[in-house]
Amino acid sequence: MFGAILWFAFPINKPGDTLLQNALFFVLGGVVVISALCVIYFRNPIYSALALVTALFAVAGLFIILEAYFVAAVQVIVYAGAIMVLFLFVIMLLNLGDEESLEDRLSWAKRVAVVIASLFFAEVFYITIKLVGSVNAPKVTSGQPVGDPKTIGELLFTKFLLPFEVASLILLAALIGVITLVHRRSDERSHTSSDT
Amino acid sequence: MELLSSLIFMLVIAAALLGFVMLLALILVLAERKVSAYMQDRVGPRRVGPFGSLQTIADAIKLLLKEDIISLQADRKLFILAPYLVFVSSFAVFAAIPFGRNLIASDINIGILYIMAISSVVVLGIIMAGWASNSKWALLGAMRSAAQMVSYEIPLALSILSVIMLVGSLRMQDIVGAQSGGLFSAQNRWILLDNPFTFLAFFIYFISALSEVNRTPFDLPEAESELVAGFHTEYSGMRFALFFLAEYANMFAVSAIAVTLFLGGWSGILPGYTFLNGVPGFVIKVSVLVFVIMWLRWTLPRLRVDQLMSVCWKYLIPIAFFNLIGVGVWILIFD
Amino acid sequence: MTTEDMVKTSARSKTEDMLNEYIPILILTITAALFAAINLVLSHLLGPRKSSRSKLSVYESGMKPRGDARHRFSIKFYLIAMVFIIFDIEVVFLYPWALIFRQYVAAGPFILIEMLVFIGILVLGYIYVWKKGGLTWD
Repeated sequence: MFGAILWFAFPINKPGDTLLQNALFFVLGGVVVISALCVIYFRNPIYSALALVTALFAVAGLFIILEAYFVAAVQVIVYAGAIMVLFLFVIMLLNLGDEESLEDRLSWAKRVAVVIASLFFAEVFYITIKLVGSVNAPKVTSGQPVGDPKTIGELLFTKFLLPFEVASLILLAALIGVITLVHRRSDERSHTSSDT
Repeated sequence: MELLSSLIFMLVIAAALLGFVMLLALILVLAERKVSAYMQDRVGPRRVGPFGSLQTIADAIKLLLKEDIISLQADRKLFILAPYLVFVSSFAVFAAIPFGRNLIASDINIGILYIMAISSVVVLGIIMAGWASNSKWALLGAMRSAAQMVSYEIPLALSILSVIMLVGSLRMQDIVGAQSGGLFSAQNRWILLDNPFTFLAFFIYFISALSEVNRTPFDLPEAESELVAGFHTEYSGMRFALFFLAEYANMFAVSAIAVTLFLGGWSGILPGYTFLNGVPGFVIKVSVLVFVIMWLRWTLPRLRVDQLMSVCWKYLIPIAFFNLIGVGVWILIFD
Repeated sequence: MTTEDMVKTSARSKTEDMLNEYIPILILTITAALFAAINLVLSHLLGPRKSSRSKLSVYESGMKPRGDARHRFSIKFYLIAMVFIIFDIEVVFLYPWALIFRQYVAAGPFILIEMLVFIGILVLGYIYVWKKGGLTWD
């Protein structure tokens, strides 16, 4: 509904875009904005996490409109299917039901967050204002759309080979990081259990 | 006007597909009861209708007439939302399964990736159900189920990769087309028989899929003797029925995907789409796999949770990686 | 109409076809949700409504439920989820590779080696996790 209002308020019809694409863009954009706000406003962390899932799905929808099909699928597989499961596990792990106890510890962080957030918002606002009307998204006209998984594969294994291989190093670092995080405690536990 | 007519057309197709899947789930529930009965030297349901064929319809009506109970401790909103999420996402998988030459709801260009994406969402519904129930059994079952499902997603995805390497397309109809030679021909054979590594990949897929749909020997989330009914302990009546339907729809879906990826899909056993092709051939092949799944359930004991995790992380994943490299080397040498 | 325009229109109609392939999925999911909703409403209307306190309490093997179910969970779940994410991202990277593999492998084994380097680095991590006992569920 929010999207529909936006659509009627700002009927931006770029030549070549269809009515359907525009309508979907504003509906999905509305869903993203509303559910992102819900992430902040819900008091219960589980609710926030699920609002985030909704936002991620809507973003996947936006990717589909942009013809980035592979990225849309990856968005759902990695973010909604994997990272959100981690978030939910962590919420359950820490049992973050009690918000009041967090409040006083967060008071200074809140002020810093307000400053950083307003800086970020100003930046986004500036870029948006600067770019409105001047964006010409590069369109590949060679037949295959940009977001086609095959095109991505070809680029990834020729032009962007080095970044791709470096990505595996980042994943390796993450893997070692997890073990360091988790293992200290299980070491202690195994010591105490062998003592008793 | 054109938009409206195409919309109505799509709605009709969606309704037909939904009806088909629901009917299928009802038949599968009956089949499971009959199979289990004969395996245990019983006869199974036989009172309602000829040979008990209307038993599941009676069950469905019974569930519909049950009281709608939401426990006081439960989180009402999420409790209501969870079965929707599980049901809708297990049904949405059918959109990309080709039943015949033109019988596919949407032959999207990322077909198999779409299926993986949608089925990875089921986990969220299960965690949601367990947490919203606020019952110890439900929450424990949901956490175990989630850990199990995400773990087995890795070998599942790796085994699918070997098919993608051979076919070079994510479109489901292209995958079927690459197997048009049937079972015996030299070219475009079923991917199962293409090379020894894809043969192994099929079994990796099948084992992981069993675990993804929480079937024995991987049915720990619903291990009755330990966790009562797992994540849906607190669900009753129609809400339970939604989980139940989703479970059987999933069972059919993973078998149908296995058939599409490895066993030629709807194309026939002999070359040129002849003999047992189209919908009947497809359904027969899928039914065989579904029967195997049921057979396993009533034959094998359940794994322990630590065994379950080590089977995945210490056996299936390394085997799947080596298998993938094997397919690569095979194509490099023999192609 | 210039050639460029023709290319553009063909690209446009192609992408639009692709977008249209996703509309049935949207309709399918909506139909499924409606089906579920209708059934739930029907069951709500048809079913009896005789609730009692004990009926509305959670099931705990016949005992009175004690305390909250939402206890803290073991760190193992975090470990599994984290390792899963890393391998999931790796597998996702492998999909575009698998798509072009057959096409590129005809020119030589370079594409296979590229992937072996990628997998090899992660296998190091995998062995490390295994040696540290991260894969053992106890």
